[in-house]
Amino acid sequence: MKYMLMFYLNKMEFDSRTDPKTRDAFWGSFMPYLKAVREAGIFAGGAGLEPPDTATTLRILDGKRLVQDGPFAETKEQLGGYFLIDVPDLDTALDWAARYPAGPGGGVEIRPAMTGPAEA
Amino acid sequence: MTETHEAVEKAARDSWGRLLAFLSARSRDVAAAEDALADAFRAALETWPRTGVPDKPEAWLLVAARRKLIDLARHRQVHEEATPALIAITDVAQQMADSAEIFPDERLKLLFVCAHPAIDPSSRTPLMLQVVLGLDAARIASAFLVKPSAMGQRLSRAKTKIRVAGLRFELPSASDLPSRLDAVLEAIYAAYGSGWDDVAGADQRRKGLAKEAIDLCALLLRLMPGEPEVHGLLALMLHCEARREARRSESGTYISLSEQDVTRWSGAMIEEAERLLACAAQFGRIGHFQLEAAIQSVHAQRAQTGHTDWESIAMMYAGLVRIAPTIGALVGRAAAVAESSSAENGWALLEEIPIQSVDTYQPYWALTAHLLKRMQRFNEAKVAYTRAIGLCEDSAMREYLKRKVAEIV
Repeated sequence: MKYMLMFYLNKMEFDSRTDPKTRDAFWGSFMPYLKAVREAGIFAGGAGLEPPDTATTLRILDGKRLVQDGPFAETKEQLGGYFLIDVPDLDTALDWAARYPAGPGGGVEIRPAMTGPAEA
Repeated sequence: MTETHEAVEKAARDSWGRLLAFLSARSRDVAAAEDALADAFRAALETWPRTGVPDKPEAWLLVAARRKLIDLARHRQVHEEATPALIAITDVAQQMADSAEIFPDERLKLLFVCAHPAIDPSSRTPLMLQVVLGLDAARIASAFLVKPSAMGQRLSRAKTKIRVAGLRFELPSASDLPSRLDAVLEAIYAAYGSGWDDVAGADQRRKGLAKEAIDLCALLLRLMPGEPEVHGLLALMLHCEARREARRSESGTYISLSEQDVTRWSGAMIEEAERLLACAAQFGRIGHFQLEAAIQSVHAQRAQTGHTDWESIAMMYAGLVRIAPTIGALVGRAAAVAESSSAENGWALLEEIPIQSVDTYQPYWALTAHLLKRMQRFNEAKVAYTRAIGLCEDSAMREYLKRKVAEIV
């Protein structure tokens, strides 16, 4: 089964990825994690995302495009990146999610990918 | 006809959980396995009167359920990897039919799936009762004071989560086992109801499930004989259960633990609880259920000694508060200290508990009232009694508290 691991970060954690004082620490723990996921042969895609202030949201209202600056929903934690992994069950997906070097405010949401017609 | 009905009912009682565990573990779809198994039992009711009850009813039911399950799996487009596992069920059924081997018991996997951290905590106990013991949603709903339709929805949501999110039907790894096992035990204990029966009284709404909870724990003990906390929980429930009769007078009024007639306690249950507790102690791994059972064990000794050793109980509560500082344990410790030393000392412990955490916790207000009365702070006691009465869910307990207020002149 494929699962998406969605990494949620707060403002401070978004900053820590690029702040010269903290970025080495951040990437120093993230890169080994990515490497481990790849070496396990379960990696099926993923990306890190720029902070939510770079987001643009589109809605269609009465047939018209409504484009707005900002993320879909304003929440304290925002999606900072994701992996798609292919593992046998939720428990294995949870084990991999637990290895994500999350900061104190962060967390990982795990969602199964749909099977059947929507499957890539 | 009746004979067949009885045979089917017996097969259902004996093997519903086992067959369901076996089918669910292979399809990873509890709801489909339930549908398929219900169909198989219906088919048995039609077929067995003509053909006679088969030698191995479980093998027969398994083959019948498997057919339906493969249909359902194709229909629902479940994980393709599940289908070979379903097809292999026939081989197992065949082996069973040919040998004296007993049917594999995989109910433990089912219990751990029901109490999986990915399942909403309020659904875990109902789910266990339904899938492992085969209780229907209406029965479970009445025990949890919700509408049958609401309970049905809650159960079906949980089963969908198991299927769609792909929960693993395996025993947890050694490192996860303590916390996962605790979730299973908590879910079983929730079926039993509140355990602290002195100030709190028995939680009557769960009364109907006490026996089921004990059965479930006894089953867990057979499946996991090496876990002392399983012994501990069963001992705890048996100690509480031993006093069920003594907790009510002939006319149904509530009798507090200290006023109970010990001759109305069940000696057999107490003996069994003591044996379990002694057995748990040999593992040398203490846990909160063992401690709670040990506290009840001290209470039970009153049947022999005629008095209650409150000092030991207070000590055990202190231990309990260290490893599991729940509100129940904190209030229990205050009650024990009030008995072993003084109302003032018990009161001091009660005052340490943050008030917002006990706002609606009835036993806290009952104990508060009781201690204020002992300290002759009658006006405050009356206020606390009123609050305790207002939070009561049980009418016998309500009447008991009303009598206590009336005693204040």
